[in-house]
Amino acid sequence: MSDFLTVSVLLATLASGIRLATPFLLAALGETIGQRSGVLNLGVEGVMLLGAYGAYYATLRTDSILFGILVSLIVGGVMGIVYGVVTLALKAEQGISGIGIFIFGLGLSDLLFQKQVGTPTPIDGLGDVAVPLLGDLPWVGEVIFHQNVLVYVAFLLVPVLWFVINRTPFGLNVRAVGETPEAADSLGVSVDRTRYITIFVGNAMAGLAGGALALELGIFQQNLTNGHGFIAIALVYFGAWRPSGVMAGAMVFGLVSATVLQWKTLGIVVGTTASIVGMFPAVLTILVLVLVSRRTGQPSALTRPFERGH
Amino acid sequence: MLVVLGANPLTGYAALLDGAFGGAKNLANSALKAMPLLLVGVGITIAFRAGVINIGGEGQIIAGAILSTLFVLGFPDVPRFVLLPLTFLVGALGGAIWGGMAGVLKSYARVNEILSTIMLNIIAVQILNLLLRGPLMDPGEIEKGSRIPHTERLSGNADLPILPGGTRLHLGVLIAVLMAVACYFLLFRTTQGLRLRAVGHNPFASRYAGMSVKRNVVLAFMYSGAMCGMAGVTLVFGSEGHRLATDGGATTFTGAAGFNGIVAALFGGLHPLWTIPASFLFGALLVGANAMQRAVQVPAALILALNGLVVVFVVGSMYARARLARAASESSDQDGESDSRSPVRSADPEPRNPP
Repeated sequence: MSDFLTVSVLLATLASGIRLATPFLLAALGETIGQRSGVLNLGVEGVMLLGAYGAYYATLRTDSILFGILVSLIVGGVMGIVYGVVTLALKAEQGISGIGIFIFGLGLSDLLFQKQVGTPTPIDGLGDVAVPLLGDLPWVGEVIFHQNVLVYVAFLLVPVLWFVINRTPFGLNVRAVGETPEAADSLGVSVDRTRYITIFVGNAMAGLAGGALALELGIFQQNLTNGHGFIAIALVYFGAWRPSGVMAGAMVFGLVSATVLQWKTLGIVVGTTASIVGMFPAVLTILVLVLVSRRTGQPSALTRPFERGH
Repeated sequence: MLVVLGANPLTGYAALLDGAFGGAKNLANSALKAMPLLLVGVGITIAFRAGVINIGGEGQIIAGAILSTLFVLGFPDVPRFVLLPLTFLVGALGGAIWGGMAGVLKSYARVNEILSTIMLNIIAVQILNLLLRGPLMDPGEIEKGSRIPHTERLSGNADLPILPGGTRLHLGVLIAVLMAVACYFLLFRTTQGLRLRAVGHNPFASRYAGMSVKRNVVLAFMYSGAMCGMAGVTLVFGSEGHRLATDGGATTFTGAAGFNGIVAALFGGLHPLWTIPASFLFGALLVGANAMQRAVQVPAALILALNGLVVVFVVGSMYARARLARAASESSDQDGESDSRSPVRSADPEPRNPP
């Protein structure tokens, strides 16, 4: 334990916490925008798995990480269109169809991996980019400004998303559609069009989140995400449907993951105790959900399919 | 789909059909694969009928398996006709506790049950790994130094008896069918079943009628978990090794039955009796997929992917069917007000916005 409590190790853990928070953050921000428009997407985990596999496979074959990232975005976007059709055109129950997407992603990513790759082959992950000037700051520079591109993208998306939701006409439409779709519809806002856009963007971000995870770990395996997507959904509740709150939650989970990883590397947890720390994120998620259960501000129309004349 | 994967579809499907239905041996294997799906599917049906979505089948199977294994390890010498029923009861209890936790969290802490059951799955897998790599590991494995994560061979008194007929079919299959029938009676022929369905159909009216929505949500989860726990018992004591084991992966020894059971339940129209043929179909699909994997090298994970699509389309088609039904009833000039678009609704114990 004393190994862990040194400045250099703690700084490294903080830096890795920010890195590990990125997949949570990307997926949770995507889920936030979907939920603000009244659509609950429980398929995030499945979309993340597909995005992770897409990014992994593309990078493995082309050696181009950028192409891998692009593929994960496209995979997520395609899944967004599928989920949009299922929930908006077919008006399927959102809870269960999301679970269908999850099972589909779990099976398909494993299937493609076994068929196309077979033996786990590591890929080069994303390299760190130091921000000029800021990267030279003592401690802070090392922790915050020596990260990979996706980390910067994810954290920059927090203010961007806040601005889009709260300060643009489109954001107003999203919120209106999420609260009272009937009123929005009567004023000429297309409920379905707005929701198609948020679902598309949200799923593309979930795909990217999976890609970020695969590129961070440099590997793919069955059920790589192991609950990341579901935790991301919990983070939306934790963050009370606000990007900044979601970011705080993602940081908590990133730091917990980083600490667990660091403890394993340092040999503080070995053998069966590894299983106990492996439970941390799941237990923490349940505790978080209990703590925020009295939270208000859930979009009123969440999970409610919109149908004219009802 | 097979063509996309670069396999000969005819050879593939022929192998699938033959592997699933060709001969008594394959049929028996299909029934054995269907057994946990049926128990889980029936459990899922109870939960869905009560308006709660139980994705925690995996965790509840594991909880039932662990508790029943501990029980048999503690009392290995009890005669079979006493030990076997008790083992099932203990397994059901394990599943009921694990499922009940999600119910309590939903009823009394307003925690979304989909998220809590997924998290409870992850926790159960870790507990299983912890036990099998630690205190429950086969002493023989430790001696040999091979340290395979499984328990010792459990007491022969708890083996599920093989049914006559020369196949691997065992008593667990009969018990699964029996439980499906029992759950049909529970849901449709008892007051408790009526309460569960009422709470699922309309929590507001149920509360107005004096039912405790919270209590029934917890009960639904406990019944549901009990069924999954029994599936865990059949998987351990009906396994070829007669021991609790894990492959170290995410689905341990369950073969994703906790998820595939959901598919069987939805395919069976959330009716316990229809779940019997539905789970046999999916059991056959799983066995056939393994045969196909050997014949044309298409991984059996294909079935999980297909099952996901089945869920999406079954749920997706509910609306279309309800629309057709509504159109039909309206055109025949009847009261088309009964909006039964989906049997699954979210029972919110403390509704903020009553419709």
